[in-house]
Amino acid sequence: MSESNRETVLGSLRRALGRDGPVDEDTAAKLRARMVGHARNTVPARTDLDAAGLVELFETMAQKVHATVAHVSSMDDVPGAVGEYLRGENLPSEIVMAPDATLDAAPWSENALLDIRRGAPVESDQVSVTSVPAAVAETGTLAMYSGPDHPATLNFIPETHVVVLPAGRVVKSYEDIWDSIRAQAADPDSGRDGQLPRTVNFVTGPSRSGDIEQTLLLGAHGPRRLHIVIVDGE
Amino acid sequence: MSGSTTRNFKANAARELANDTLRAALTKSKGHFTDGRTTAAENLPEFEALRDQSRDIKNHTIENLDFYLEAYEEKVRESGGHVHWARTAEDARQIVLGICRSVDAKAVNKGKSMISEECEINEMLEANGIRAVETDLGEYIIQLRGEKPSHIIAPAVHLTKGQVEESFRANHTHLDPDRVLEEPPTLLDEARTILRKKYFEAEVGMTGANLLIAETGSSIIVTNEGNGDLSQLIPKVHIVLASVEKIVPTLEDASTILRVLARSATGQEFSSYTTLSTGPKREGDPDGPEQYHVILLDNGRTDMIGTEFQEMLRCIRCGACMNHCPVYQSVGGHAYGWVYPGPMGSVLSPGLLGVDEAGHLPNASTFCGRCEEVCPVRIPLPKMMRNWREQEFEKHLSPGTARVGLGLWAFMAKRPKLYQLATGLQMRLLARIGHAKGRLSSLPLAKGWTKYRELPAPEGRTFQSRWKSGERPL
Amino acid sequence: MSEAPRVALFVTCLVDLFRPSVGFAAVKLMQDAGCTVEVPEAQTCCGQPAYNSGDRKDTIAIAKQVIAAFEGYDHVVAPSGSCAGMIMKHYPELLADDPDWETRATDLAGRTHELISFLTDVLKVENVAAAFDGTVTYHDSCSGLRELGIHDQPRQLLDGVDGLHLRELEDANVCCGFGGTFCVKYPDISNRMVSNKTEQIVATGAETLLAGDMGCLMNMAGKLQREGANVRVRHVAEVLAGMTDTPAIGEPSDGSAN
Repeated sequence: MSESNRETVLGSLRRALGRDGPVDEDTAAKLRARMVGHARNTVPARTDLDAAGLVELFETMAQKVHATVAHVSSMDDVPGAVGEYLRGENLPSEIVMAPDATLDAAPWSENALLDIRRGAPVESDQVSVTSVPAAVAETGTLAMYSGPDHPATLNFIPETHVVVLPAGRVVKSYEDIWDSIRAQAADPDSGRDGQLPRTVNFVTGPSRSGDIEQTLLLGAHGPRRLHIVIVDGE
Repeated sequence: MSGSTTRNFKANAARELANDTLRAALTKSKGHFTDGRTTAAENLPEFEALRDQSRDIKNHTIENLDFYLEAYEEKVRESGGHVHWARTAEDARQIVLGICRSVDAKAVNKGKSMISEECEINEMLEANGIRAVETDLGEYIIQLRGEKPSHIIAPAVHLTKGQVEESFRANHTHLDPDRVLEEPPTLLDEARTILRKKYFEAEVGMTGANLLIAETGSSIIVTNEGNGDLSQLIPKVHIVLASVEKIVPTLEDASTILRVLARSATGQEFSSYTTLSTGPKREGDPDGPEQYHVILLDNGRTDMIGTEFQEMLRCIRCGACMNHCPVYQSVGGHAYGWVYPGPMGSVLSPGLLGVDEAGHLPNASTFCGRCEEVCPVRIPLPKMMRNWREQEFEKHLSPGTARVGLGLWAFMAKRPKLYQLATGLQMRLLARIGHAKGRLSSLPLAKGWTKYRELPAPEGRTFQSRWKSGERPL
Repeated sequence: MSEAPRVALFVTCLVDLFRPSVGFAAVKLMQDAGCTVEVPEAQTCCGQPAYNSGDRKDTIAIAKQVIAAFEGYDHVVAPSGSCAGMIMKHYPELLADDPDWETRATDLAGRTHELISFLTDVLKVENVAAAFDGTVTYHDSCSGLRELGIHDQPRQLLDGVDGLHLRELEDANVCCGFGGTFCVKYPDISNRMVSNKTEQIVATGAETLLAGDMGCLMNMAGKLQREGANVRVRHVAEVLAGMTDTPAIGEPSDGSAN
């Protein structure tokens, strides 16, 4: 059934577009070139800033959408900052953490109060900690790529998501992210094998809903709290 | 089969206008989306340029839709996903059912999807003994109530919190009657708790797509709650049900459209979650679906291409037109009688259901133009509503009495001398009748008017006759 | 200044039939600004009732009649954003398939203006010599606002009227529910829309409501009067021309409200 549906839909499309068959070879070549050209449309000028300016813009935008932000000066201070945040919010100290290399660089074992498990979350997990490969200053958006070192469910299941963001990873726009994942896919050392990440999650603030009388509520299904630890020295 | 009551728009509207709770809900939401959009647009100097570019991207894609669909299909296959083509809603239902049966699914978790509503997927699943669980809070609420969405992005905008509480108490029988549940946060907690369990029970997760990317074979969903992500990440099968016009060539094109989407919809700069999915889980992935299926639905859309309604296929379903529509804001979404309410529905529904069924919708507009003013992809909605009226007029679908009246008026309007003579007499007569009060409270041929308002009486002689007799301003 | 511009008044059917005062006010405003005003005889209506009912053939016939009747004038001016918009925006579209008529339609469209914007934008009128003692509010009619971009012009001129105080109307840019035949085809919906509007008008506390289109004005006046609200309704041109001795719309000649 599917195959004939395919021909019917494409056929009726082509007739409606005034053609008997597929686009001619010239047009096809132009369209292919358009697809691989990755030309950018307008990118908002608000991100025309230096690196420090981008981090500042990122922070402002993220706070505007109810994320909270803390700064530390190096990866060494990350476990302390995470512990402090959890205590301050009266949250449990058991955390499920992404098995990624960025987080490996922090001295977690020195913080005996944290009870850490690495890997994907289960339903009962209350707090997740991940790093992110990039963040977009334009709208205070975190970019996360799924893979063995970053189970995508970490971004959604626990009620609290703590994100470690090395300041140098803040980029201007979504387009920068696309360039970067394309470059990664093409890099034989990346392990991406020519592919984009299966899932790219753009996360802008905690989960929210306005479905009951347009009242803004945080924590609809995803995290209620999104806490970003910016590592200034990285 | 469509479940449409669009034919009864007038009666539907009368019923909804008499619904005081609906009015209370609409009054509460009034201004929320419109002010939000205004602020978001003001905060982005490039907004108008991005609207132009979004329009152009969609136009370009539609002009080459067959090419981009095939390119997209190839990429989905390369990434290990499956593409299914559905000519009709029935095709789509059968494909969904086939996939569900192949994994012996007992439950399907759903992200909010208007295409799913269009295809009546839930009804089909239930009829086949498969539980459909709507996970978007608004959709969940209306599913509990056995209702349909009244808005394409805010499905429960027609309800008050009191009604939500009532539905929760009726359905969540474990609730302690003494538990306070009247405020939105407690209602949300209750829904979160219930749905949380369900995320882990379903074998299949189903979402729509805000965009499909031809260059990568990816689907994009945009949500605020995160329910769409949980629905598509946890079950072992992910089905994306999307209509053919959702496609754009590149991620850059998608970025442009994403920049206008949330701003136009809710006034957010960006929604909480924008998720790009490409194929099933990969080797070594700790989570993600084992199977990734895309169903490309036509259901009448390709028939709009090459007609005066082609531009409607640019629609990105942001809901700005209905948020700004004074008719929608008066009658609410259910009056429209089918999946797509408001101005976009008034153009799209006649295209998908036929003008015989949905002919009222394009007529129920004052052509105030606010919809076109805010449409992120600049769809000329009033113009297309008028195009539908022209089709109805040509097919003699408009009411006979109206046609006779219009015909008589047009006959006169084309004959200035006769027109001036006749109207001159009429106005003097009306002026005489209304002289004492300056207005008329009832007039047999103008009941639609005088049922609700006075008719100001004419001043007396017409301007033209006074001018001709030499009268000039002092 | 060179020779006085020769202006044809497109009276509009509602002004012609229901409110000739507006026509005289328009003439006065343009004469005061140095125009010679004429009123071509072969005019009836711009054709919107047919156009908006899907009757394209009759609309085209009416459009051609209007085009022919208004050829040769420097400007064509209507005291209505809706009718001016019809001529300026829709005639060229309607006649796009007929090169000869399209040229004539485009020519007319280029010479046509809505009254208030004609005064401010073309004649560069900055101030009118008028007085009006009282608080007014102003409704932006849809076609004028969204097809022609008329928003600041009436406010600018009203600002110069002695004794007049303008109190802005909430949702002034939202349709009043008139919509031509809409209000009689869908009376229940139209009623809700105009009721919302009158509620907001009353909430301003203004004694007088002004707008630039007779259709909207008759709709809002009729509703205000049915509700017994103590608000007078006038076309903005009447106030700008200082011609407010006539009874307000829908008021009896003795001037007493209700």
